[in-house]
Amino acid sequence: MNRFDYIRPATVSEAVAAASVPGSAYLAAGTNLIDLMKGGVVRPERLVDVSHLPGLDGIEHFPDGGLRIGALVRNADLAHDADFAARFPAVAEALLSGASPQLRNAATVGGNLLQRTRCAYFYDVASACNKRTPGAGCDARGGQTRLQAVLGWSEACIATHPSDFCVPLVALDAIVEIEGRSGRRDVPLESFYRLPGDTPERESVLEAGELILAVRLPGTAAAFAGHARYLKVRDRTSYAFAIVSAAAALQIESGRILQARLALGGVALKPWRTRAAEDSMAGEITGPDTFRRAADIALADAQPSGDNAFKIELARRIVVRALSQAAVGTPKRMPALPASPFAAVSGAITYV
Amino acid sequence: MSEFTPPKAPAHIRQGSSIGQPLTRRDGFLKVTGAARYAADNHPAGMLYAVIAHSSIACGRVSFLDVDAARGHPGVVDIMTPQHKPELAMDPDAKLHPFMFRMDLLQNDRVRYATQPIAVVIAETLEAATEGALLLAPRYEIETAAVGLDGAESFVPPGVGAGNPAAASKGDVQAGLAGASLRIEATYETPSQYHNAMEPHAIVVAWHGDTLSIDMPTQGLVMTQSRIAAMFGIPPEDVHIRSPFLGGGFGSKGLAAGPQILGVMAARMTGRPIKLVLRREQMYGPVGHRAATRQTLRLGADGEGSLTAIDHHAKTTSSTFDDFFEPAADVSHTMYASPAIATSHEAVRVNTGTPLFMRAPGEATGSIALESAIDEMAQACGMDPLAFRLKNYAEVEPISGKPFSSKALRQCYAQGAERFGWATRKLEPRQMRDEDGMLVGWGVGTATFPALMFQGQARAVLRADGSGVMETGAHDMGQGAWTALAQIAADGLGLEIDQVEFRSGTSDLPDAGIAGGSAHTATAGIAIHGAGADVIAKLADLATGDERSPLFGAGNTGVLARAGRLFRRDDESRSETYGDILVRAGLAEIEGRGSSAPDPAALSAYAMHAHGAVFAEVKVDPDLGQIRVTRLIGAFAAGTIINPHLVRSQYYGGMIWGMSFALHEHAIIDPRSGRVMNPNLGEYHIPVNADVPSIEAILVEERDPYVNALGIKGVGEIGVTGSAGAIANAVWHATGVRVRHFPITLDRLIERR
Ligand SMILES: Cc1cc2nc3c(=O)[nH]c(=O)nc-3n(C[C@H](O)[C@H](O)[C@H](O)COP(=O)(O)OP(=O)(O)OC[C@H]3O[C@@H](n4cnc5c(N)ncnc54)[C@H](O)[C@@H]3O)c2cc1C
Ligand code: SF4
Repeated sequence: MNRFDYIRPATVSEAVAAASVPGSAYLAAGTNLIDLMKGGVVRPERLVDVSHLPGLDGIEHFPDGGLRIGALVRNADLAHDADFAARFPAVAEALLSGASPQLRNAATVGGNLLQRTRCAYFYDVASACNKRTPGAGCDARGGQTRLQAVLGWSEACIATHPSDFCVPLVALDAIVEIEGRSGRRDVPLESFYRLPGDTPERESVLEAGELILAVRLPGTAAAFAGHARYLKVRDRTSYAFAIVSAAAALQIESGRILQARLALGGVALKPWRTRAAEDSMAGEITGPDTFRRAADIALADAQPSGDNAFKIELARRIVVRALSQAAVGTPKRMPALPASPFAAVSGAITYV
Repeated sequence: MSEFTPPKAPAHIRQGSSIGQPLTRRDGFLKVTGAARYAADNHPAGMLYAVIAHSSIACGRVSFLDVDAARGHPGVVDIMTPQHKPELAMDPDAKLHPFMFRMDLLQNDRVRYATQPIAVVIAETLEAATEGALLLAPRYEIETAAVGLDGAESFVPPGVGAGNPAAASKGDVQAGLAGASLRIEATYETPSQYHNAMEPHAIVVAWHGDTLSIDMPTQGLVMTQSRIAAMFGIPPEDVHIRSPFLGGGFGSKGLAAGPQILGVMAARMTGRPIKLVLRREQMYGPVGHRAATRQTLRLGADGEGSLTAIDHHAKTTSSTFDDFFEPAADVSHTMYASPAIATSHEAVRVNTGTPLFMRAPGEATGSIALESAIDEMAQACGMDPLAFRLKNYAEVEPISGKPFSSKALRQCYAQGAERFGWATRKLEPRQMRDEDGMLVGWGVGTATFPALMFQGQARAVLRADGSGVMETGAHDMGQGAWTALAQIAADGLGLEIDQVEFRSGTSDLPDAGIAGGSAHTATAGIAIHGAGADVIAKLADLATGDERSPLFGAGNTGVLARAGRLFRRDDESRSETYGDILVRAGLAEIEGRGSSAPDPAALSAYAMHAHGAVFAEVKVDPDLGQIRVTRLIGAFAAGTIINPHLVRSQYYGGMIWGMSFALHEHAIIDPRSGRVMNPNLGEYHIPVNADVPSIEAILVEERDPYVNALGIKGVGEIGVTGSAGAIANAVWHATGVRVRHFPITLDRLIERR
């Protein structure tokens, strides 16, 4: 029977102690976890509900322009925080391109980072899935692969990480603050996730019981605010996961790129930052040649994992477009269709 | 051609008092406040919950169910399996007529499609039943599933759709093609689409001795009643069904579905009332779907752009155990003039649930292919697609040569094109961009749907207090039957709508026929209309035969009913209220009956269809391929419009469905297991608000003297047709890429450029 203990700790240390027992899972808004439990995909023995922990739902601004976002801040609250959106517009745009208003009103920062893949075979308990049951095999291989990974995948798992939020975060050097039994540690988001390799069931560097307290964005990341975009291509205008997405951020002086940031979403089991492509743009003039070269570098190692070669070409084009949009400059107002190729389409109504 | 005189509206009817008014939905308040009671909202005392355990394989047999584990779960009352179930009076695999579909009622341990019911767990709570179903942990002997259009040997089906022949032709297609100066041949694929009404199939059922009391959504009260009665060997009148509201039907609730019968069996077995509601993923198997098709069109045209031949061949899938064949090619019978037309079908049997009617069955699938092919031919001829359609306008029904009972399609083309601004369209593709550099494309599609009518009955009563009652067991699936039929009733009785008590939605009322084929307003409406005429005639008899009445001697046809009074036709200053007539006659009320049925003489003399033209504008990102429909304008002619407000809603809904067909909707099927991998509304994409652009529906005036006494054609399904093709054609016009595989997704544009 799907029985589980439900614990609502009062403090972070109580939470960590409770969740260090094997078989435990943290529960935030539950928009992902509860679905997975209902489908029998995960069956935690103990739910540690962190949604009421004090002190994790604030946004702290630092004098250097950086900030610290509590793990329980709701996706919608963060996106609509005017100071935050002004400094990190691509992150706000990514947040608003995800899910639906109802989900964004509920979903938390910590939960967004740790949401599971949307691989249909992972969700379907009648299919073999190495991530669900280590060693069971992977029914996605040779099955429906249109949306699966083209970078960093392994024979054991070809799934992708579905988050939009994480894509600009990783590009902007976000740091994850973690609390565990052995204390507190900071991990750059870039090295927070693991690629599947032979152990696709291990998705992040989190140890048993470790809790995400906050995500920090450094002040240096705010320097990209004038040229930062998120672009998300999907199968319908809203309420769909990315087929491929990209976050692009530039610092430009007299037409030359001082620094570039670039990350891709929907291509790998983690938000995919591509430093070689970033480095290729430093010192170059903004423009299609520079951006195309960066795109080629970013996708140089890409391989289809099935019937999804189109994603590689699509990713190249998205990179070029996102960089071009970033070069033009961050729009003064959030587009009616955030992160959409149709963002510029006029129309006063935001439906998404 | 047989002698035929058009039916006349009874003399007393004044059109336009209620009929024609844009009333808002009369049940709208109930719905927005949550007071409307849908089947699953009912909780009879002592009720148990039944949850279906379904198969996760598509082919094989169930070798083991852990019944003990499930039975041991607290709250579980009983478990229905092939070994433990009540007797049925009829074999679920019997097929006595084409509309009797075989059902999976645990008759054995075979599995013939994924999501097939393999057991039913009955418990005190929904949670216990759900957990019990999980605990059954079935094991299977798996056999290789037949999957997809190439999954099995093909054959020519015995018939397609609701009994059409699998092949039809006129003229010599080979000669037409051989003699053509231009020929095209193209193959189009449409995917399986699954019924996803907001309200899943549900039943709340109680046995009282040998009679049944049932709440369930149904589009066919009487057919469902008799099917259930036959399954349990009781007289139909002992089955009482309430179905006041459906949360969408679209063809999936026309006939009782297997899962609903399982609910009745569970109630029989436990002796307690049962509630059984399908889970969303359980909709992807036992309740019908639109089958996949692969359609090849071969068209020939002469130097002037006139078609010389249309050859439309469709391959489709059906289940391994029953017959329903999507009649995709038949749309070519009625659309475009051609001296030679041939349509044909072939099918394969694969491991799916049996396909079924889904909004515009055949027309939707066929029309997206035909409309694409017509566009390809127009392009080959160097002609504007609208001009090409007008050039090949069918003045008579192409396959039969019959005249149309009415056809205002030319006006639809003209009014739609005008409103859309079609005249400035560029002939070549990839010529138009917006200010943001997006490719812009314009496409047109012709819409059509037969104007059908079934048999129905109604009963009318006029009461001495001046009010009226109209009864017919009609079905409101959200289309607005509670409102539109009440409007017809009010006019039929010569009363204001609020003076008429309109009773509907239960099986104890006169049979209103099935709510399908876009025929419900005509079927129920004509019966209502007839019942009104009948009761008014009886009332008039009372008055005109009574010397105390001011109407004495006026004779039956000499009176007119209006606003609760009868008037002398030749002298309207002489009149009398219904109440006065009845009171004087010493009657509390007077009753009349009406019925409707298609007129065989009219059917053999005329081709009867609704028509329309849909114009679409799409924008496509030239690099990324993402597509957005930005404008959709449909102009439709469908005879008498009972309620323009509701009719517009039907067109909007249909047009959005067409958009869904062109760009979104499809079951993602694992090629090995035959299972649907996106059985949920997160991943089974339909358009969301942001996808739906400005939509306009133009109601084109059309009077049809032949279809029925009120000139009503259907509006429920036609909106899907034409729209899907218009959008596909607009995508081509925007990009220059002709995608022949639906839905059109951006990968197909990326890969092609
Ligand atoms: C229909 C649908 C569409 C969606 N579309 C999108 C989309 O387009 N783009 C997108 O980015 N997302 C999308 N999402 C995903 C959504 O963003 C996530 O479900 C949400 O962010 C998860 O947050 P939560 O608070 O509900 O997490 P929960 O469901 O509560 O938890 C998710 C996981 O995170 C763990 N967890 C939560 N908080 C912490 C913490 N502080 N420390 C350690 N572990 C923690 C939980 O144990 C669990 O494993 C969609 C979701 C749905 C259901
Ligand atoms: S791709 Fe990964 S998540 Fe999907 S089935 Fe394979 S192992 Fe599981």
